[in-house]
Amino acid sequence: MLDWFLHIPAVAAFLKEFPFVAVYIVPVAWIIVKILALVVPLLVIMAYLTYAERKVLGAIQLRQGPMMVGPYGLLQAFADGIKLFSKETIIPTGADKTLFIIAPMITFALSLVAWAVIPVGKGLVLANINVGMLYIFAISSLGVYGIIVAGWASNSRYAFLGGMRSAAQMISYEVSMGFVIVAVMLATGSLNMTDIVTVHRPWWVSVLLFPMFVIYVISALAETNRAPFDLPEGESELVGGYNVEYSAMTFALFFLGEYLNMILLSGTATILFLGGWLPPFGLHALAFVPGVMWFTLKVCFILFIFLWARGTLPRYRYDQLMRLGWKVFLPFTLVWVVIVAGTLLYNHALPGM
Amino acid sequence: MSATKTVRSFFLIELIKGFALTFSYMFKKSVTINYPFEKGPISPRFRGEHALRRYANGEERCIACKLCEAICPAQAITIEAEPREDGSRRTTRYDIDMTKCIYCGLCQEACPVDAIVEGPNFEYATETHEELLYDKERLLANGDRWEAQIAATLEADKKYR
Repeated sequence: MLDWFLHIPAVAAFLKEFPFVAVYIVPVAWIIVKILALVVPLLVIMAYLTYAERKVLGAIQLRQGPMMVGPYGLLQAFADGIKLFSKETIIPTGADKTLFIIAPMITFALSLVAWAVIPVGKGLVLANINVGMLYIFAISSLGVYGIIVAGWASNSRYAFLGGMRSAAQMISYEVSMGFVIVAVMLATGSLNMTDIVTVHRPWWVSVLLFPMFVIYVISALAETNRAPFDLPEGESELVGGYNVEYSAMTFALFFLGEYLNMILLSGTATILFLGGWLPPFGLHALAFVPGVMWFTLKVCFILFIFLWARGTLPRYRYDQLMRLGWKVFLPFTLVWVVIVAGTLLYNHALPGM
Repeated sequence: MSATKTVRSFFLIELIKGFALTFSYMFKKSVTINYPFEKGPISPRFRGEHALRRYANGEERCIACKLCEAICPAQAITIEAEPREDGSRRTTRYDIDMTKCIYCGLCQEACPVDAIVEGPNFEYATETHEELLYDKERLLANGDRWEAQIAATLEADKKYR
């Protein structure tokens, strides 16, 4: 895409005159353009995810949801944004000021950084690195820091309890999530996100991986602190959990980070299990629809499950949450990895064989 | 745990049932209304904002008997009265502290001439406390403004009194 621009005679002549611009400025500018092309739509989707959440919950609870700002309340997300921007950031007296400010930045930055390796369409990826899945796993693990630092720096018992719960929960569910990813890796033989989508999978592999998909989605709920695993925020018991002392923009960053993480894990699930930007169920007749479109639709489907779960399930108790993570998901995924590996080996379907 | 229970929980039967139920609810008609634009029905006995009524010829109904002031459990009503030039007894002051009022409706029950009534209006929130200290002028203005509805609700409720 950039080549077309560089071959305009006037541009080419200008670049020949100033090689510094051609070598340094143009590539950096091009990278920034690509990043913006990903991040800006992402933030808009995030804004509408909050709107969709309120509408879906409203529909399930026989309410109407936001209706006042704009037609059908469509501008509600922006009204909320402006409100959060224009309010005062309150820093509690007893708080560790530096950490208090840094924590939301960590959460927000990490939830955006991981998007670098997600291919949203054929060849549409910022960094097509070979260990993409590992990178995403590493980044999402780092997300714990933002929350636990926030809980600690607030110097408030509620925030501290929320932070501790969140850290323990995210670490617990990452273990079973890791095994889910291992199972997918066994079937695809690659950690590269693009390869995971494009590599051919026999139909029975998809069936074999379906339980893993269910576990992945449930773990993703726990990983992003969503209902029914929203104990770290538990409005009714911890008055908001780790972000109880946060206001205005610092709170908004946590909010953004949380929803971006939801979109990120939905994107990862789409790539691992739902075939990324390819048309669903291998229907090549539907290939005329752009890949980005399919990717978005699949992500929206998983996001809907997130919201649906919140409208359906009551909150887990903390010990039940831990029991589910360690005593159900961990053994099950462990056994299932062995079954997947064994089946693949028996059918000579292991990649590279 | 029995075998069937194990199978049911393993295949997430209960979860799927619950999800199906909430999904079906998404397509039901919402029970809430779009409030400032649509409003729910209110009973003729609804006890809202107070009003002092007038007769059809414009004469105020209140005869300053002070029964409402006497019965008011929150002591929100203050009345002062003296004879007017034409010799009839009328209030010179009729104040209701709407922030003291508990909207029990005893004032309109006590009134022998249906002068003080609680009308159908409930949208009179203000930004300051002082705006809710109603005087006689304000109450009479309310009466003029809501007379049609007040007359209709009194008529509708008459046979039950």
